[in-house]
Amino acid sequence: MNRLAWILLLAAGLAAPFAVYPVFMMKLLCFALFALAFNLLLGYTGLLSFGHAAFFGGAAYVTGHLVKHAGLTPELGILSGTLFAAALGWVVGSLAIRRQGIYFAMVTLALAQIVYFLALKLPFTGGEDGLQGIPRGFLFGVIDLQRHYAVAGKSLGLNLYYFVFALFCLGFWIVHRTIHSPFGQVLKAIRENEARALSLGYRVERFKLIAFVISSALAGMAGATKSIVFQLASLTDVSWHTSGEVVLMTLLGGVGTVLGPVAGAFTVVTLQSELSFVGPWITVIIGGIFVVCVLVFRRGFVGELGRILKRAL
Amino acid sequence: MEPCILETRSLSKEFKGFSAVADLNLRVGRGTIHALIGPNGAGKTTVFNLLTKFLTPTSGTIHFKGQDITKEKPADIATLGIIRSFQISAVFPNLSPLENVRIALQRTTGDSYRFWKSERCLRRLDARAMELLDAVGLADLSGGVTGELAYGRKRALEIATTLALEPELMLLDEPTQGMGAEDVERITALVKAASANRTVLMVEHNLKVVASLADRITVLQRGAILAEGPYAEVSQDPRVLEAYMGSAHA
Repeated sequence: MNRLAWILLLAAGLAAPFAVYPVFMMKLLCFALFALAFNLLLGYTGLLSFGHAAFFGGAAYVTGHLVKHAGLTPELGILSGTLFAAALGWVVGSLAIRRQGIYFAMVTLALAQIVYFLALKLPFTGGEDGLQGIPRGFLFGVIDLQRHYAVAGKSLGLNLYYFVFALFCLGFWIVHRTIHSPFGQVLKAIRENEARALSLGYRVERFKLIAFVISSALAGMAGATKSIVFQLASLTDVSWHTSGEVVLMTLLGGVGTVLGPVAGAFTVVTLQSELSFVGPWITVIIGGIFVVCVLVFRRGFVGELGRILKRAL
Repeated sequence: MEPCILETRSLSKEFKGFSAVADLNLRVGRGTIHALIGPNGAGKTTVFNLLTKFLTPTSGTIHFKGQDITKEKPADIATLGIIRSFQISAVFPNLSPLENVRIALQRTTGDSYRFWKSERCLRRLDARAMELLDAVGLADLSGGVTGELAYGRKRALEIATTLALEPELMLLDEPTQGMGAEDVERITALVKAASANRTVLMVEHNLKVVASLADRITVLQRGAILAEGPYAEVSQDPRVLEAYMGSAHA
């Protein structure tokens, strides 16, 4: 990707709230960040985690609770949620990386289900109701995230949007830097041929664990941000449906591409929102699209586009 | 015999009662090319995987330069200077040949855990990587797609990657398996060149390759040593002829 393309994307992100409903745009960004974090594992390390909702939702609960009951400012709340997700990622990762392939996925799923159970039963989570009415608060104790501005007859919550957009850019930059670092090179080598990476002297498990912790921390950052935007942390955030959705987003957009997860997340979330009138049939429609995608363009939208343009996107 | 670099003492491996390797005492002399041969099922690959720590022995010990390495992990013996190859070519198919070699060069730099650094810092390794690629005749393909290389070239790339780590001991698992005659010659020459100043232990089926390369040969049968010595000697041994060579020469 050249510099101009990045500047255009950045400009699009900055201008977006004037064209698209800001809360919807923020939802897109949160799920895009979630998918980016997930893709760091699946696309660049070759690990299929089927429990990433535990980090997304777990961080949402922690952030929501701390902001609501301990009076933390939103940035500290999100930081706490992110650190919690990193710690949880270290525990889950340490156990899961001892196994490979489908067993790795099953271990992550099982541990994520434990987190779901805890979210259902622990008193502070609000059980079935979730954690509601999380205040958006004041960024750094100063900037009112509730504040709306009247622009061209519309009332836009720009403070919150630009805060979320900045977090998204930070997360995107961390993922981008990680995959284009010496560490990222080793991750790709592990994805390509684990036994060979091992025999060259790389302690493969340590690399996998670090990648897992970075990925779960960023998934947590996405979930924590989401809880501030929607002022809600709910069981949906930690359920295995959400773990599955992020797999779907990443595969649709293009696994192992930088922009694929963003495109995938935008597609899935937009479809869910635009087609909400069909009710439960939405699952069938998205499933159908997924089948077509797997049959026709296996590399995902961005992956296929990259192949046509002959460059890595 | 030259001083011993790798030695196994009473090495045994059992799989659910089946004894794949039994009481093996193997000595590999420093600076030699040592070949491990034997009929199918003789336990060659098991020995290989024991030496490279991909399998844990049931009993016995392995010593490298006098140091007991029986309990080391696969990644640790690589840092001691033992690098293995695989039966099927072990390259990183979606990385370029240059990146393949650079992965090996990168290991000793201490940058490998730095996820906050740009990969541009790896460019300082490019010159050395090109030298290594050039030595195996891949310099003009350095930026291509590794997965699309011909089989013989992948094997050559694998050797370049292994040499990048300057191993004292190279363990090669059937380096010419599945190759046409032309590639066999090329790889034989590369192994010969690579063996300068280092020790090579190889498992190999192709007796022509063994005859032209190996200083010393160990013939395995049913997990134990049947015969040992230079090719001329071993190839005349009646037990070996009966077990293995007889059919190969027929």
